[in-house]
Amino acid sequence: MKAVCFVKSVPDTETRVRLTGNRLDKSEIKYILNPYCEFAVEEAVRKKEAGIVDEVLVISMGPSRAQEAIRSALAIGADRGVHIEDDNLDGSDAIVTARVLVEAFKKEGGLDNYQILLFGLRAIDGDTWSVPSMIAELLGIPAVTNIVKLDINGNKAIAIRMVEGGEEVFEVELPCVFAARKGLNEPRYPSLPSIMKAKKKPITRYTISDLGIPSDAVGKVGSFTEVLEYTLPPQRQAGKKVEGEPEQVVEELIKFLREVANII
Amino acid sequence: MVLVVAEAREGALRKPAKEALSEGRRMADKLGAKAVAVIIGEGVKTLLKEISGYGMDKIYVADSAFLKYYHPMAYARIISEVVAKESPKVVLMGGTQTGRDLMPRVAIRVGGGYAPDCTGYEINGDSIIAVRPAISGKVIVKVGFKKYPAFMVLRPNVFGVNEDIISVSSEVVEISFEPTEVERKQIVKEFSIKTAGRPELTEAEIVVSGGRGLKDAANFAMLEELADLLGAAVGASRAAVDAGWRPQSDQVGQTGKTVSPKLYMAIGISGAIQHLAGMSSSKYIVAINKDPDAPIFNVADFGIVGDLFKIVPVLIERLKKEKARS
Repeated sequence: MKAVCFVKSVPDTETRVRLTGNRLDKSEIKYILNPYCEFAVEEAVRKKEAGIVDEVLVISMGPSRAQEAIRSALAIGADRGVHIEDDNLDGSDAIVTARVLVEAFKKEGGLDNYQILLFGLRAIDGDTWSVPSMIAELLGIPAVTNIVKLDINGNKAIAIRMVEGGEEVFEVELPCVFAARKGLNEPRYPSLPSIMKAKKKPITRYTISDLGIPSDAVGKVGSFTEVLEYTLPPQRQAGKKVEGEPEQVVEELIKFLREVANII
Repeated sequence: MVLVVAEAREGALRKPAKEALSEGRRMADKLGAKAVAVIIGEGVKTLLKEISGYGMDKIYVADSAFLKYYHPMAYARIISEVVAKESPKVVLMGGTQTGRDLMPRVAIRVGGGYAPDCTGYEINGDSIIAVRPAISGKVIVKVGFKKYPAFMVLRPNVFGVNEDIISVSSEVVEISFEPTEVERKQIVKEFSIKTAGRPELTEAEIVVSGGRGLKDAANFAMLEELADLLGAAVGASRAAVDAGWRPQSDQVGQTGKTVSPKLYMAIGISGAIQHLAGMSSSKYIVAINKDPDAPIFNVADFGIVGDLFKIVPVLIERLKKEKARS
């Protein structure tokens, strides 16, 4: 059995967003492998170490920096990478991204080759949480998103999905999409030898024409949505700050809760 | 026409579904259009009257034992069939885990643009523009739709629930359902509830959150007591979760949940940028921290510099007195 992880290069969680006019200023952003994708790759590699999976493929779409995200995944222990890079892809929305990723996946043999499809629940930049479900729909297979546990047994899996106020225990037949969240595992810090080894692992590169996708089906032209404008959220102002005896500051807090927040 | 996908659990409409139904009616009025709802589940026919009360002109209902729990493929197929019949301009759903899993499937299946986590929208002639945060709330994006229907998932706690019953006679359309062979390959074996009787974090009006300053798992009992006095949910910073003091499901921030309550109380939380990303859209923020330079004070409407172990017990006693009085 083989596993594939779909990963994304995203701005570091420390990033402070700046704008140039009404567009994002990307000049000083440092990029990392999306933290949620780390959980996905770690899970696939653990399944390989447990002898359940014999190959872990990593697929990423994005500009040249996506290579670094793929290398990070290879350092965790994935075997090889696929990088879809094409200037035409700039401005693609979630639906176009899902379609392109599916074409690259099919080029690698698709569901005939890979039965476990792992994603991070969300990419912390676009935050649409949508590509895993969209790809499952395009491939006509089940998906369990937001999982905290994944057990594979032959061609079946038990996956626990965290929902508001509880957990759903899903039983599914493979192939299936799984989207990982925090709690599924604790991703390892790759050792220096693993990082060195990752540099030698193969990465296949595709352009959209390699995948048979016309340029007007991707990017801004092919997308179903378009970002019209970026703005910064309203800056919160520091309000009242008090210090003193507990009884006295609590009295002031009560006054705030009653008169301003209006909750008591 | 505005189509609202309602969601029920354990026989009751979920709060984000009520928000979506309320906003669906308001949006339909702005568009001069009809509002139609769809509800899927087992025993959901009992909810028809309540759904109708939100002013729905028509309600589609798929009621089957197979649909008791969320089933991505089956739910997506049913909603897609309704979309094909009704050709709505907009499809709305509340931003639950289910909403955020289901709507992308339907959007790509029927070929409409998708905007999740919406905190607002604009109607510009014939166009809908969705307003939503991205990069964990660090930026606000306006999203235009080039393909309709526009699929919008609404952030919980942002759009108000209409408490007045709108009296209309809703037409009810029953959808007959049989699972396909591939749909039978995915089932929910069990659903375990883990709420401790408190409101869900993402849906709560008030959130009481604790961080590293709590020093120990046992000290969260104090925050739970405070939360219960306020009818609040309990949240935690990443530090408190990583230390094993609180479950993952309590984490607020960039690698946890995003919350927009009316009141967020950050207790013993310094306010790292990743934490602020998950709670800075709260209406009011109260912070208690012993470090006067903690970044949480930069976003707090009311801050107390001091020892939380001295302040919180006094606050609890004071709120108890308040309760006894009312």
